[in-house]
Amino acid sequence: MTATVDPALKDLADYLGGALVADLVATDTRLGELTLTVRRDAIAKILRFLRDDPYCQFQELMDVCGVDYPERRERFEVVYNLLSLANNFRVRIKITTDETTPVPSVAAVFSAANWWEREAWDLFGIYFSDHPDLRRIMTDYGFDGHPLRKDFPLTGFVEVRYDDEQKRVVYEPVKLTQEFRTFDFLSPWEGMTRVLPGDEKATTAAAADKPAVTGKP
Amino acid sequence: MAVTEIKNFTMNFGPQHPAAHGVLRLVLEMDGEVIERADPHIGLLHRGTEKLIERKTYLQAVPYFDRLDYVAPQNQEHAFALAVEKLLGIQAPPRGQYIRVLYAEIGRILNHILNVTAYAMDVGAMTPMLWGFEERERLMEFCERASGARLHMGYFRPGGVAFDLPPGLTDDIDAWAQKFPKVIDDIEELLTENRIFKQRTVDIGVITAQECYDWGFTGPNLRASGIPWDLRKAQPYDAYADMDFDIPIAKHGDCYDRYLVRVVEMRESLKIIRQSIAKMPSGPVKTADGKVAPPSRAEMKRSMEALIHHFKLYTEGYHVPAGETYTAVEAPKGEFAVYLVSDGTNKPYRCKIRAPGFAHLQALDFLSRGHLLADVVANIGSLDIVFGEIDR
Repeated sequence: MTATVDPALKDLADYLGGALVADLVATDTRLGELTLTVRRDAIAKILRFLRDDPYCQFQELMDVCGVDYPERRERFEVVYNLLSLANNFRVRIKITTDETTPVPSVAAVFSAANWWEREAWDLFGIYFSDHPDLRRIMTDYGFDGHPLRKDFPLTGFVEVRYDDEQKRVVYEPVKLTQEFRTFDFLSPWEGMTRVLPGDEKATTAAAADKPAVTGKP
Repeated sequence: MAVTEIKNFTMNFGPQHPAAHGVLRLVLEMDGEVIERADPHIGLLHRGTEKLIERKTYLQAVPYFDRLDYVAPQNQEHAFALAVEKLLGIQAPPRGQYIRVLYAEIGRILNHILNVTAYAMDVGAMTPMLWGFEERERLMEFCERASGARLHMGYFRPGGVAFDLPPGLTDDIDAWAQKFPKVIDDIEELLTENRIFKQRTVDIGVITAQECYDWGFTGPNLRASGIPWDLRKAQPYDAYADMDFDIPIAKHGDCYDRYLVRVVEMRESLKIIRQSIAKMPSGPVKTADGKVAPPSRAEMKRSMEALIHHFKLYTEGYHVPAGETYTAVEAPKGEFAVYLVSDGTNKPYRCKIRAPGFAHLQALDFLSRGHLLADVVANIGSLDIVFGEIDR
């Protein structure tokens, strides 16, 4: 559907490629959306440039979020989605990080980033340096762990209930009344590892490279 | 006379306060009656929607979107349907697009009725709520007739809508749309020039255009500050490009202007509703691609292939090519977007939901500073906050 790249998007990609060449890691225009992967340390500088540059004018930071790829060396991607109301463009900026490396906060550039970064810290454990108020935001007071990481179980670790005897809410390890149901629809036949009656004929016939004998002559 | 020392004190507002619009807990640092700092504590309604969606097929993820902003459920589904369609490289057929536009606008009116009237109730007017809910009930009946569910429709699916509209429904919606302006007039008569309402809202919570950009404002809250930005016009999706409507803006960016913009938007939505009914083409309502849209019941009785498709779609679901997209719609509250990452399997790898209310609530501290306690209530009401989408 979007095999050809919109010329305006191409221009923008070329322009940003030239302007940010020192910090740019990769450019991608698939599906008609411009994605720039940049160096982590330069993120605040780049967002400030995108906001203030007269050609770009990305006035609004729509969204900051984390994505977890546990198999990568730097497992987290932090994704910034920007919108230019003046030019009707969108751009996506990506940086990568791991559990321990802090990401420079952009709350000083866009006030809106404050809560989005708190959310990424809460749900992924991505640490933002120089953030004015990096508290948890979504999870319970005193919650332990970062639930949107791929290695965090869907059921969580603790469940809460109101205990009438103690007159307070108590935390207990999760007890499932039925087994956690997860189906792997991608390989529906993985259960069929047993050799079915008659299957051995196929392999022996092929190995011997003989025509199969069918019944009596 | 000894000097009395007055200390700041901290007040807890919510989470069970009727003016908190759900489960907002606000910690207010106050100097007498004046707000020094407002610290919203959110997450009391956090259900882990994004985590759950990672474990569901694309079709199973649709109902979660209803439960985000439960005041206007259709509009959320719309964003998800468009995002999946973009990754799949398909488009809904024209009739499906028109039905989606029709119901997206019904969702917008559902939302604005609730917001305008609940907001009026927050600042002391009881009657608009009662009148407004009567109309909401009528609209929910239209939702029920189309999808079987009054509120959580589950109707906008990737590839189109779940099924066609029953005969006669569009006539009834059109008849309703002709009568509804009278109700808006009645509500406006009670509020727009009402002295108490204006005292509570004019020049309260003023935000300039530049500050709107900084705080990521979208939707009516942005337009109330004088910026004519609407995704339905700027980046038209589905059949919005064929619709003729105006974008209302206001100049002051205060609570009163945010109310006015919503009222005029309802009238504009009516225009779109009537146009989409008048122009609605006939034909299929969902894509013909059997690998995405399920076959009809009747077809399944005769065709083996349809039966296989049905079985595969409701067990494994469809595989979406690897890729990622940030797809936004103009939801009633602002830009509602889905950042969807697919790894080529039948489940989303990551589904980030960009809720407009999250950005708006974040600015509450900024809007409330230096105001009185009662103005916080007006601010919350005018920002149009629903916790289903903020806490996700």
